[in-house]
Amino acid sequence: MIFSLAIYATPSVQSSDSAYRFANALVAHNHTLYRIFFYHDGVYHGSQLNTPAQDEVDHTVRWQQFAKQHNVDMVICIASGLRRGILNSKEATRYEKSAHNLAEGFELSGLGQLVDAAVYSDRLVTFGH
Amino acid sequence: MNKPKTKKLLFLFRHAPYGSALAKEGIDAVLAASAYDQDLSVLFMDDGVFQLLKHQKPDDIEEKNIINILSAFTLYDIQSLFVCQESLAERGLRNTDIAIGINIVAHNTVSQLLSQQDHILSF
Repeated sequence: MIFSLAIYATPSVQSSDSAYRFANALVAHNHTLYRIFFYHDGVYHGSQLNTPAQDEVDHTVRWQQFAKQHNVDMVICIASGLRRGILNSKEATRYEKSAHNLAEGFELSGLGQLVDAAVYSDRLVTFGH
Repeated sequence: MNKPKTKKLLFLFRHAPYGSALAKEGIDAVLAASAYDQDLSVLFMDDGVFQLLKHQKPDDIEEKNIINILSAFTLYDIQSLFVCQESLAERGLRNTDIAIGINIVAHNTVSQLLSQQDHILSF
């Protein structure tokens, strides 16, 4: 079955962790994960500046490794991202900001990617805030 | 990949309008989806019914009035709008408190509506 995930939760809350565990369960059971769409406060997952203590989970790195290993598309909503200071170099230039922070493996794109995920997936599972 | 069939997408709003960006960002998702030629419906229930009220004055907290955006739904040809009757009643709200044209539906119709969908996007 083809799944996509919509993650609204910021990395520090339970449902962010649930999303990661659910994604692992999906691939373990040979389902297809079409896309992970980070929306609302979920976009904070895409900041390469997230710096947890050394003995704590790094949510950004964990998703990067997951996406690389399983070749999963990870999209950060561009509108939600800009509002919350998640920018790639192109947006930083466009808005004349002195820095950018989008972590490798995440892509900034529009809400159309969420709708596209719904259209092309059998199941869209939301992990709320 | 082949173009799949048109999907039935329900956008479900269950939170009050200004406590977080969720309501606003949910509405953005509805407007974005309206460009993709899918079968869209929108349902307000639980505290989501507060988004529909007349006489909101969010200027006082430097927020945009959500009613102005919801009123644009008809311009985007989003016609299937529903609000849960019981959620209104539980909050002491009446039909006349609602600022936009919307179908007021009872729990059994809400259940039917939910069961007919391919996907529910919850905000």
